[in-house]
Parts: sequence; structure tokens; C-alpha cells
Amino acid sequence: MQIHITTHDKVPIYLQVVNQIKYLVAARRLVAGEELPPIRVLAEKLVVNPNTIARAYRELELAGIVEKRRTAGTFVTHQGSPLARRERMKILTERIDQLLAEALQMDVDLDDVIKLVHQRSTVMNTSRLKELSDV
Amino acid sequence: MSDPFPFAARPIIEVQRLTRQFDSKIALNDLSLIVPRGGVFGLIGGNGAGKTTLIRHILGMLKAQSGSLRVFGLDPVENPVGVLGRIGYLSEDRDLPNWMRVHELIRYTQAFYPNWDPKYAEELREAFDLDPKAKVKALSRGQRARAGLLVALAHRPELLVLDEPSSGLDPVVRRDILGAIIRTIADEGRTVFFSSHLLDEVERVADRVAIIHEGRIMLTASMDEIKESHRRMTLRFGKAMSQPPALVGTLACEGGGAEWTYVCNGESEQLRRAAEAIGATVVDDSALSLDEIFVSRIQ
Repeated sequence: MQIHITTHDKVPIYLQVVNQIKYLVAARRLVAGEELPPIRVLAEKLVVNPNTIARAYRELELAGIVEKRRTAGTFVTHQGSPLARRERMKILTERIDQLLAEALQMDVDLDDVIKLVHQRSTVMNTSRLKELSDV
Repeated sequence: MSDPFPFAARPIIEVQRLTRQFDSKIALNDLSLIVPRGGVFGLIGGNGAGKTTLIRHILGMLKAQSGSLRVFGLDPVENPVGVLGRIGYLSEDRDLPNWMRVHELIRYTQAFYPNWDPKYAEELREAFDLDPKAKVKALSRGQRARAGLLVALAHRPELLVLDEPSSGLDPVVRRDILGAIIRTIADEGRTVFFSSHLLDEVERVADRVAIIHEGRIMLTASMDEIKESHRRMTLRFGKAMSQPPALVGTLACEGGGAEWTYVCNGESEQLRRAAEAIGATVVDDSALSLDEIFVSRIQ
């Protein structure tokens, strides 16, 4: 399980862990029934406080992404993926709302915003392809 | 004297109104601090803020001039054996006996601690790749820090005190040290108290932090509380302002004209309401890194 923590980020560490595990589940890099590393092991690997990992796992459990099994460890649930998708849609909706509010404030109409989104998407895809071909 | 902390689980360190003066210089100024049992407590401060002076009081190397200090509920000056036997300590300058070899250092230190765990000491020696025959004097900076850490850990202390544990060390040794902190508290009930000016490592490993500046504690809270209770908000006013209008909880402010950026202590909702009340529009509202919070607190 590949997780990267940065402390220059303003996002609290536990939330970075939560978001990245959600992402891994959504990307099918963690699948239903797969076990997450024990808290202590992940804490040592990422060099973060074990309570931080415990909090991240608790949040993921509340969100239904993982479940604790009594004698064993923490596992990805079967509902993991659709919930992760809903979560992603929720995050995107919030961002879009912000974008629309700013566009309105700056007097840019919806058609232009959509055009700009397409344009940026093309730019990003091109640069991503370039990155891939560079590897 | 009645017990000022009538909790079931007594804090591991209790400092009350501690003042320390060296000649005319005040090193600790009416400082109070509680370190609860269990977890990692990070003491953040710049050079000369008073971190080492406070640690020397905790270890009973300095006697309180005024105020009081208790470790495990005991006065470390009056009960050096009762206190020091339960503390593992790594000093900033890692003062180890230079003339000894690593295996002698281990045997020598072992004699002071009834709880010494020889098996654990050997595990650490191997993990840290320390040559038992090497002279302490000849150890590299990193190996010296590891040797100091070994003798601080091998008696499985209730309280591990580290003074600037990773200052001047390369990332590999820093990782060993932070790993040792994490493993120590994964052992139930143990407490780590460490000072640092490296905020990224404090953010990674500490549950609670205190910011010390000019001998005073400016802020102490859990890491989560600290992160959640500070915001940076950029406000736009109807017209240019020569001075930023006052906003509750402001720690720092910069900007000009109609737009000013505030670093505030408070939660987003409550700050937004306060901004509205002074007739401003919030154009940006974001969280802060621990670095930024630290800087705003000591200005």
C-alpha cells in the first residue's frame, strides 16, 4: 500500500491517510477483502504517531470503507468502492460550487467556464502523456 | 499542600510558575506546563527559547528558583534516584564518555538501571549497526546519536526525554530516532517528551505540543486542536484601508488597500461571522501549516 505523507501540506496527516486510502480503494489498488497494514506497522513505515493512523482507520471505518474484524486486522469492505465514488462526487461538487461562485463574482458566464474546463483538460492530458513517454 | 491535580491519572510532568534566571537573563519566565501520561509531547521553540533549561529542570540538574516542578509526582532534585531511574535521556550534545568502547558504554550504563533489558539493548545495537569494539570517541555524529539513543532506551523508561534529538543529523539517523519514539509509545503507557525546532518532525510524531518563546509557553494543545483552530483569511473591504480593521483572534495581519490577510485563532465559521460583522467579504479562507502557526505565535 503506497501512501505518501507531507507535512508542508495544510491537510492534517490523519486526513492525508484517509484520502489516500479512499483513493487507493477507488482506483482498485486496494480491493474488497484486502487487509490494511496493522496500525503500528504503518505508523513506523510512514514515521507518524500511531494514534494518527488509528484515527485515520476509525474515520475509514465510520465511512464504511474498511471494517475491523475481531481477531484479525482491518479489511477493505465490499461497499468500499461505491462509497468512495460518492465521496469523490461530494468533493468535486464542493469544488464546482466554489468555482461557479467565483465565476459569478468575476462576471464569467457558464459557457466560458465549461469551455475553459475542456481546454484545461486537454492541456493536462497532453502534459500527462508527455510525462508517461518521458519515463 | 493540597494536590493541585486531583486526576486519577496524574500527569507525568507538572510545572507550576517556574522561573529561572541566569545572572540578569531570564531563561524561564513564570512557566507552567502539564505533560499528560502516554503519548508524545513536542516542545517547539527557537534557539534560546528555554527548551534546554526546562529539560534540565525536569532531570533535576537545575533547582527551581521559584515555582515548582514534579516528575512522576516527585521533585527531581530531592529524589534523583526515584526520578532519573525511570527516565531515558538523550541530550543535545550527546555527552557520552569518550574513552569507552561501545560495549563498555552499554555495560556501564546497565549498572545504573535495575530494569535494563540486555536483549533489547542487543537488538538496538544490531539495528543501529554499532560496532561493540568501536571507541565512542571515534563514532560518527550519527552513530554517536544512535549509541546515546540505545542507552536511553534499553531500560525501557516510563519517560523518554529527548533534547533536539535530530539536530545536525542526516535523514537516515533522524528516521531511526523518530522510529524509536514511535515504538516507545506503541508500548502502552509510556511517554515521550522531546524538544525540537524541526516542525515537520513534531507534526509527524507529536500528539500534543507546546510552543515556548522567551521562557514562556505561548500555546499548548493537541496537534489536532492546533491545526483546527488556526485559519488564514483574506478579507476584502468596501474601500481602501490605511490600517487593517480589528478582527477577533488576530495573531498577524498583512496586506494593504482594500485587501488584508489575517492569521487568526478561531474556527472558520466563527471567523467568517466576525468578518461579516465588520463589513468585509471573505475572499480566501485556508488552513495553516504548523510552521505558519508557530511563526504567528512568536511574533
